[in-house]
Amino acid sequence: METSKVIHAIYNDDDVLMAAVKKVKAERYHIEEIYTPFHIHGLDKAMGLAPTRIAIVSFMFGCVGLIVAVVMMNYMMISDWPQDIGGKPSFSYIENMPAFVPIMFELTVFFAAHLMVITFYLRSRMWPFKKAENPDPRTTDDHFLMEIAVHGNQSELESLLKETGAVEINIVDKEAH
Amino acid sequence: MYTFSNKLMTFSIILMVLGALGVGYGFMTSHKSLDEVKTILAEEASEHGSGHAEETTHESATHDEHADEATHGESSHSTTEKAQHDDSHAEHVQKQIANRPWSALYVAAFFFMMISLGVLAFYAIQRASQAGWSPVLFRVMEGITYYVLPGALIVFAIALWAGPHLFIWMDPEVMANDEILQNKSGWLDKTWFSVRALIFIAGWSLYRYFSRKYSIAQDDASNIKNFKKNFRISAGFLVFYIYTESMMSWDWVMSVDPHWFSTLFGWYLFASMIVSGITVIALIAIYMRAKGYLEFVNDSHLHDLAKYMFGFCIFWTYLWFSQFMLIWYANIPEEVTYFVTRIEQYNFPFFGMVVLNFVFPFLILMNSDYKRVPWFIVLAGIAILVGHYIDIFVMIMPGTVGDRWYIGIPEIGSILLFAGLFIFIVFTALTKAPLLAKGNPFIKESEQFHY
Repeated sequence: METSKVIHAIYNDDDVLMAAVKKVKAERYHIEEIYTPFHIHGLDKAMGLAPTRIAIVSFMFGCVGLIVAVVMMNYMMISDWPQDIGGKPSFSYIENMPAFVPIMFELTVFFAAHLMVITFYLRSRMWPFKKAENPDPRTTDDHFLMEIAVHGNQSELESLLKETGAVEINIVDKEAH
Repeated sequence: MYTFSNKLMTFSIILMVLGALGVGYGFMTSHKSLDEVKTILAEEASEHGSGHAEETTHESATHDEHADEATHGESSHSTTEKAQHDDSHAEHVQKQIANRPWSALYVAAFFFMMISLGVLAFYAIQRASQAGWSPVLFRVMEGITYYVLPGALIVFAIALWAGPHLFIWMDPEVMANDEILQNKSGWLDKTWFSVRALIFIAGWSLYRYFSRKYSIAQDDASNIKNFKKNFRISAGFLVFYIYTESMMSWDWVMSVDPHWFSTLFGWYLFASMIVSGITVIALIAIYMRAKGYLEFVNDSHLHDLAKYMFGFCIFWTYLWFSQFMLIWYANIPEEVTYFVTRIEQYNFPFFGMVVLNFVFPFLILMNSDYKRVPWFIVLAGIAILVGHYIDIFVMIMPGTVGDRWYIGIPEIGSILLFAGLFIFIVFTALTKAPLLAKGNPFIKESEQFHY
């Protein structure tokens, strides 16, 4: 199996990590991944990650939910069996619409929320029994880990990362995926 | 310090003069003799063939709103009865035509008063919740709330001056013949109405006065005593406000249709109030920032204001729909007439305002990036303000002018009059203190606020 070398720089403070990310970016190295125990405000910006599009997807799922609700109730209550239930006007959808709004609202929210969460799981590859991709268990507690690929520039990288305040630097063989 | 630009001052004075002319024209043309009204009715009947049918449906829809009309809602058989019916119909229409300039004036006065009262409530919430983002906007809010006292007094004065033109329960003749209203006379009484109104206005103005005083005193203070005092009175005011706002909505708006009642009406009016208030804060902040007076207000502050506009638009719609749907669903005749007249006679404004107040701002302000773009906020803000004017219009007009409504010279004149007065008072108030409340302990956080 082909392997490649990566460098793991470990930090123990999020402010130091932020400064390090900016420095490493300024030196034009590509950061493969950063593992942190909690969300660090502004890290995505410092790394230059593209903004998420999950809100747009959620809006579209909401529209689908609304359409499902309208089509479903129009079929059931207006076209399939337009019964007189307590004098409610079932001649056309618009005439009885106020009664359908609670369902239209709930289905919109239901679709927008659940499908967005499922999209999030799929895009971030999370599911039960998934093998955890954790290079160092301390990163779930109080350490921060920056991973940079090594392409024959190991010593320069090491000295740069030392300079940025890394408390530990490891060279790891990593299975390519 | 802000200096009131000459251009804006002239503009507001022009608005007031034009508005006053429009209002004057409205009052001059609204006195019609019975014969004139009959001619108008005859013309209308001949102009569009089905005109008379419309008249009859309108009458059956509105007759139980006016007790004096209740005696002749049924179809007549003999010719003398027919003639009497025509007479009383003409009288009814004559009253509606006469009510129009009063209602137009009242709707516009109430609308601008409501904006500044909404801002006052929002301001008190910011103080009581010790919000960290908004202190840079406090002086703008304080400027807008200067209009609460004159605005509320004007609304109250118009209510008393118009009397039965707006509130049929102020007409002793109507009261004498209407048992339902007699049962409510413990509340609907002119003296009590005035006492309550004065208590509301006094309470709001006192809070505004002291809050402003402490806010100015905090600027050069060496400790935060004034800030703490302001926190305490704001919390107290919010309790007072939510009671008085609710009662004010029964008195000043709901009692225009005194045969009808709704329990969530106070909240519904509050939603209108707060969303228009926040919109005006945003619009004035954008204007002042463009003029270079609020360089400490950044895009994140606008983003927050736009979020509030967005959220309260949805809140308003939620209450509008809850009130409408509960009454529509149960369809109890005594309360559903309220919506029957609105849907039959005010169909376009009644449903049009839902587009302006909900659909349009909802779609425009949903995107996080758009909420940072001033002209998007202005676009949504104008729709919201127009929508909420129509909201108040549809609350008042059906009870006073019925199907004789039109947005013409009296209505637009009244809007211009009060818009001019509002701009004049608010921008004069803004010149009276530095625009940055520099003694506020949260001011640093607010200046650096970013989202």
